[in-house]
Amino acid sequence: MTSVKAETTKKKSASQADGKQDVVEQSLITAYIMGKAYKVPADATIMGAIEYAGHQIIRGAGCREGYCGACATIYRLPGDYKIRTGLACMTLVEEGMTLAQIPSVPAEKAIYDIEQLKPNVTAIQQMYPSVFRCVACNTCTRSCPQGLQVMDYVQAAKRGDIATVMDLSFDCVVCGMCMLRCPAEITQPLMAIMAKRLYGRYLRQDSPELAERVKAVEGHAYDAEYAELMSMSRENLSKRYYARDTE
Amino acid sequence: MYPDYMAESLRKVAQTRAKRLELARKTEPVYPPMNAEERQAVLEGFHPDYEPSARRPVRVGPNKGETLTTEVSELLESHSWLRGVQVNLDKPDFETDLLIIGGGGAGCNAALIAMKEHGIRSIIATKLRMGDANSMMSQGGMQAAVSRTDSPTRHYLDAIGGGHFENKPELVRALTEDGPGVVKWLEDLGVVWDKEQDGSMKVMHGGGTSRKRMFSCRDYTGAMIMRTLMDEVRNHPDMIDIKEFMPAVELIMDDNGRCAGAILYSMDSEEFFVVKAKSTLIATGGYGRLHIRGFDTTNHYGSTGDGLVMAYRAGAKLMYMDSVQYHPTGVSFPEQIAGFLVTEAIRGAGGQPLNKEGELFVFPREPRDIEASAIIRECVQNGGGVPTPSGRVGVWLDSPLIDMLHGEGYTEKHFPAMYRQFIRYGIDITKLPMLIYPSLHYQNGGIEINERCETDIPGLYVAGEATGGLHGRNRLMGNSVLDYNVFGQRAGRYAGEYAKTVKLGKLSLAHLDSYEKELANAGVKTDLVTPVLLPSYAPKDVKKRQLLRGNNVLPGSSVLQNRLFDERPDA
Repeated sequence: MTSVKAETTKKKSASQADGKQDVVEQSLITAYIMGKAYKVPADATIMGAIEYAGHQIIRGAGCREGYCGACATIYRLPGDYKIRTGLACMTLVEEGMTLAQIPSVPAEKAIYDIEQLKPNVTAIQQMYPSVFRCVACNTCTRSCPQGLQVMDYVQAAKRGDIATVMDLSFDCVVCGMCMLRCPAEITQPLMAIMAKRLYGRYLRQDSPELAERVKAVEGHAYDAEYAELMSMSRENLSKRYYARDTE
Repeated sequence: MYPDYMAESLRKVAQTRAKRLELARKTEPVYPPMNAEERQAVLEGFHPDYEPSARRPVRVGPNKGETLTTEVSELLESHSWLRGVQVNLDKPDFETDLLIIGGGGAGCNAALIAMKEHGIRSIIATKLRMGDANSMMSQGGMQAAVSRTDSPTRHYLDAIGGGHFENKPELVRALTEDGPGVVKWLEDLGVVWDKEQDGSMKVMHGGGTSRKRMFSCRDYTGAMIMRTLMDEVRNHPDMIDIKEFMPAVELIMDDNGRCAGAILYSMDSEEFFVVKAKSTLIATGGYGRLHIRGFDTTNHYGSTGDGLVMAYRAGAKLMYMDSVQYHPTGVSFPEQIAGFLVTEAIRGAGGQPLNKEGELFVFPREPRDIEASAIIRECVQNGGGVPTPSGRVGVWLDSPLIDMLHGEGYTEKHFPAMYRQFIRYGIDITKLPMLIYPSLHYQNGGIEINERCETDIPGLYVAGEATGGLHGRNRLMGNSVLDYNVFGQRAGRYAGEYAKTVKLGKLSLAHLDSYEKELANAGVKTDLVTPVLLPSYAPKDVKKRQLLRGNNVLPGSSVLQNRLFDERPDA
């Protein structure tokens, strides 16, 4: 099945997997990784640049696709006073960028029994009282690499509007940038996880068919059908499979 | 943005779109699905597993003589970090009822169920942070037969057909029959499922499903489930002890052949710790970061098959370790996100794979191995692929259809992660298609288990991607999220039950020494030391300079040597 084309694809893929060696002509820029200058590929992500420099990341890399929040990074660009934030796996390096990864953001998760809470402002007050310190400065929103309206969900939490907290914080990857930058020292993402759980537990609309199906399974409603399928020969099972109708 | 030379091909895609939209609105398939013979032909011709060098016999261990994925054979024919004499097992550093290796979805479920059903204490030992796992990354959804038009046995038939009728039937039954209960369990823990207006579950198709049974949490399904499970685990600090950056590197046995815990290694201090446990669960996930056949991967940084090799050295049998899942739609361009997952839900919602002429060439929802092989065939044999500037190739995945089918704003609302991922590079997926190519995604096989998650070794349980048998040689979309929930719970239930009765004997690492002997007897010459723990992405010249320190003498003395095995002179 191999052909020249497939081989080319593979070789390039492999080269991506173990470094950038096979890319001959590569334009390099200077980036300052934790203060030290390195020449790195101009089109690399921050994570790619750190690895190109030879660092083995232990803290600071996770899913590498923007879901886990392990690779929170702060950086500045030349001639710009602003502190910027990004996920290292998602953000491209730039000439003169000076950057540091944040290995972990200290924060205390509230310990609670979800069965003892109600989806209201009292739960927020009891578990995450720091939320009420919010001064509405919007630093959290500006520091969110996901572009979420963090301050708006903090305000919603103060009102006990759990549904809005859920909706606005849904795509939070818990990188911790907002809580690191927050002058009121709120732990926004942790509060948001609790709010999402309260929504799922108490404010959801129940699905009638789910309760029915769970009951049917518990009542062994499918035992006979399973017994039949599990005793079928491979041939007959195959026939049944290819003849099945599709919704 | 796409480079200028792709404009012509993009124009063709736009040109054929109206016609394809019409097709998508009809109830019939937009392209004829393959029959059994056509499936077999495309697999044998184009699936990477069928290339001659893709598999070779393994020379040692419980599967000795069996043909496995080449990289897996290499992984298994390797040295341990440790030798029996090095470790004092008489005074364990930690003791617990249940040791869970791996802090992903299966591990969290197991800890919670062992606690709730048996009052069992556990330690979760994980290589990176809690939740640093493929579980966190699943985008599109979880299958479960809940709709009234669906049934668990129909789910069974879909899964077993997708796996080419090689799945272990009792495992598929467990998966599909426990499915609805898992949906409820997660919802009661606070997972926010996507719903219709009336509260019924929002369901979509996945590849190989005959009913719409894909449940989702936007395209952050895994993240939502994982964060909920982790939060609940952390609500029980007195029952569940979390040890982060502490991967297991070997299992410990007792003198009666039972599993009795593991040796942990601190990523920070490079110390080794002895954990004595009445029962042990391997929930270490898969192996995408081994970059099998040089493919890019969708997998998590820590997916290096650690559990496989630990269990194998201890004598557990593997099943279907000759079968690798390539996800049909990994990103091919932009280069920076090459290999990243494009959720199958994009096709479930109406996205269509197209060649450079803007034509359909495959039914968009074939099972994954079939779909991936058809895409490779289109590029390799038919020349239908679009080359990228870095030398990759890809076909289009026409995402703008989704908003046309479901209304404007649908893509941004339901696929926010996908939208974000591409817009950073100036590609608006509601206006332009994505360029995709198969990417290394899933370990179809693994450590063989039964429906109680038991292995050949008493006291050793396995759950999730590390297991083999459930998915046959091809897993369907949405069955892995269900897998880690169903079997994570079952593992907690049965490992917890076992922990209450077992009396351990004297601890031993003798299996490591006999494995070393077997390697020598089989004439295996290697300096690979495993588990691998983390891949290295340092450029080759950097690796060579790093090697000067390692000198490759004392296995296990530094994680550095381990990472560099492929750069050593003898390797």
